[in-house]
Amino acid sequence: MDWQAFGLTLRLAALVSGLLLLLGLPVAYWIAFSRWRWKFLVEALVALPIVLPPTVLGFYVLIALGPRSPLGRWWESLTGHSLAFTFPGLVIGSLLYSLPFAVQPLAAAFGAVNPKLLAASATLGASRLETFFRITLPLSSAGLVTGVALSFAHTLGEFGVVLMVGGNIPGVTRTISIAIYDRVQASEYAAANLEALVLLLLSFAILTAVYGWNRKALMVGTWK
Amino acid sequence: MEPQGVDGGDVEVDRHAAVQQDASLSLRLRAAYGGVPARGEGHPFELNCEIEAAPGFTILFGASGAGKTTLLNCIAGITQPSEGRISAAGNLWFDSSSRRNTPVHLRRVGYVLQDLALFPHLNVQQNVAYGLRDLAGAEKQARCAAILTAFRIAPLRDRRPNQISGGEKQRVALARALVIQPLVLLLDEPLAALDRTTKASIVDDLRTWNREHGVPILYATHSREEVFALGDRVLVMEDGKIIADGTPHEVMRAPRTETVAQLVGFENVFDVVVVASHPDRGTMTCRLQNSAVELETPLVRAEVGSSLWVGIRAGDILLATAKPSGLSARNILPGSVVSLDRRDVIVAARVQCGVEMEVQLTLAARDALELSPGRPVWLIVKTHSCHLMSRGSQKS
Repeated sequence: MDWQAFGLTLRLAALVSGLLLLLGLPVAYWIAFSRWRWKFLVEALVALPIVLPPTVLGFYVLIALGPRSPLGRWWESLTGHSLAFTFPGLVIGSLLYSLPFAVQPLAAAFGAVNPKLLAASATLGASRLETFFRITLPLSSAGLVTGVALSFAHTLGEFGVVLMVGGNIPGVTRTISIAIYDRVQASEYAAANLEALVLLLLSFAILTAVYGWNRKALMVGTWK
Repeated sequence: MEPQGVDGGDVEVDRHAAVQQDASLSLRLRAAYGGVPARGEGHPFELNCEIEAAPGFTILFGASGAGKTTLLNCIAGITQPSEGRISAAGNLWFDSSSRRNTPVHLRRVGYVLQDLALFPHLNVQQNVAYGLRDLAGAEKQARCAAILTAFRIAPLRDRRPNQISGGEKQRVALARALVIQPLVLLLDEPLAALDRTTKASIVDDLRTWNREHGVPILYATHSREEVFALGDRVLVMEDGKIIADGTPHEVMRAPRTETVAQLVGFENVFDVVVVASHPDRGTMTCRLQNSAVELETPLVRAEVGSSLWVGIRAGDILLATAKPSGLSARNILPGSVVSLDRRDVIVAARVQCGVEMEVQLTLAARDALELSPGRPVWLIVKTHSCHLMSRGSQKS
C-alpha cells in the first residue's frame, strides 16, 4: 500500500472539493438565476470536463501552466519555478476537471427553490445576499452535499489530468490512481488489487452517504 | 419602533412625519402582464390603473387573469411597471419620470402571496421573526410574542409549516407580514381555500390589528362572497383596468359591465337590442336576441338599435299559474317550466319563455303552485328588475 500516494490523493481531493465549494457557489448562483441570453454558452463550457478526454483537458492545462503562457510566466516571476509538475499545478487542473461535479448539483438545487419564497424574503426586508444565505442555501443542502461529495470522489479517482499536468513524482504529484497504474506496469497485482479495492470501497461509501442524505433531505425539505 | 436600514437616518424622521400626515397608498401605473409578447407587437395584456387607497380594507375584485397579482407585484416591487408612479405613506417607491425604483427589501410592504410562501425549513416562530433580524433580542421576542398571540398561533411556535393546517398557515403568513409593521398590506387571495368560519375569524383578527395600525390593505379576490362579507370599498378589475369603484352595494346598484354583473349575481344575463325608447315614461323596450320576447326596461342612454346586456336576478322574478291582471309589473311573459332543482331551502326553476330563465322560489311556493316540469306558467318581471349593462368591455 502506497500510503504516501494515498495521503496525497486525500489532501488533493479535500482541497479541491473545498475550493470548488467556494468557487462553485457564485458560478452556480449565476447559472441558476441569470437571465443573460448567452448563458447556455457558459453552461456548456462548465459541463465540458464531463465529456472531454482527460488527456485533452490535461494537455491544455499543461500548456497554460507552462512558461510560454501568461499564467505560467506570472507564477514563475512570483515563485521562481514553473507550475507544471507541482502540487499547486495539480490543484488547478483538478479544479477545472471537477468543476461541473460541484456546479451542476448546486445550480439544480438553487433553481429548484420556489421563487415565491425568495419574493417573500425580499418583502420581509432581506437583500439578495441575505436571502441567499437564509433561504436559498439552507433549502439547497442536498445539492450542497452532493456537489462537495461528488467533486471529492471525482478528484479522488482522476488519472489522465494528473498524469498530464503533474507527472508522477512521489510525494508531490503521484496520486493513488497513478500508483495503481505503476503497480500493474510492474506486474505487482496483489498490491494493485489492495489499492484498487480501497479506492472502490471509499468511492462507494461516499456515494452511499450522499444518496442516503438526499433521501432524508428530500423528505424533510419539501415545500409546504 | 421601526426596523432599521430602510433609508438613511434623517430620511427616517421625514418619513415618520409623512406617516402621520398621510398613510394612504397612491399609484398610477402601466405594466405588461400575462404571457410573452410577440416580437414587434404589444403585450397581450396591459395593466393600466390609477388607485388611491386609504387606511383600511380595499377589495380588488376580478376574475383570474384580470391582472390583480401583477398589480400587487408592482406595488411590492417584484415587478417593475413600464411607467407610472407609486407612493405609500409619503414614500415615493416608483416613479418612471425620475427613474426612481426602491428595491423590494427597502419598501417595507407586507405581502401575503397567493400560496403563502412560508419558509419550509423554519418553524412558525422563525418564520414570523424572519423580517425582524435587525432588532435586538428582547424587542424581537416581544414583538413576535405579541403578534403570535394576536393571531392565535402562539401554541404552534415550534411547528414547521408542513405540520400545521391551512387556516393556521394563513395566520402565520399574516403574522409574518404584519410583524414588520408594513406601510401597506397586500393580500393575494389569502383566504380563498378556507371555510367561512375560519375566514371570518381571521378577518376579525386582521381588523383588530388594523384598528391600531391603520394601514391600507389591498385584498385581491375573485370570490363574490368575500366581497360582500368584507363589505368595504371594492375596486372591480377587468383586463388590467379598474372598471368600477365603490361599496359593494353601490357597485351592485349601477352595474355596467359583465364582471360587475357576475359580482352582483345576475343568474340571468341576455343580449338585447333596443327597439324603442320612451323618454316621456322613463322606459325603453328591448328585444331579447334570438327570440321575440320584449321587455320593458328602465331608460338608459342608448340609441335605438344598439346592443346591450340585461341582467335579471333569479329572485326578482315572480311566477304565476294564471295570467295576472291589475298588476303594476310591466313584463308578463307566458312560458313553461323546464326543470326544478332544489338547492337547500330554495328551488331554482328553469322556465322556457322564448329564452330560458332561472327563477328562484321557496319550497312552500313550489308546493302551493304545484309546479312540475311542463307546467305552463307566467313570468312577472318589474321594469326596474331589468338591469341594463353596456357591452363596452367587449368592444375593446
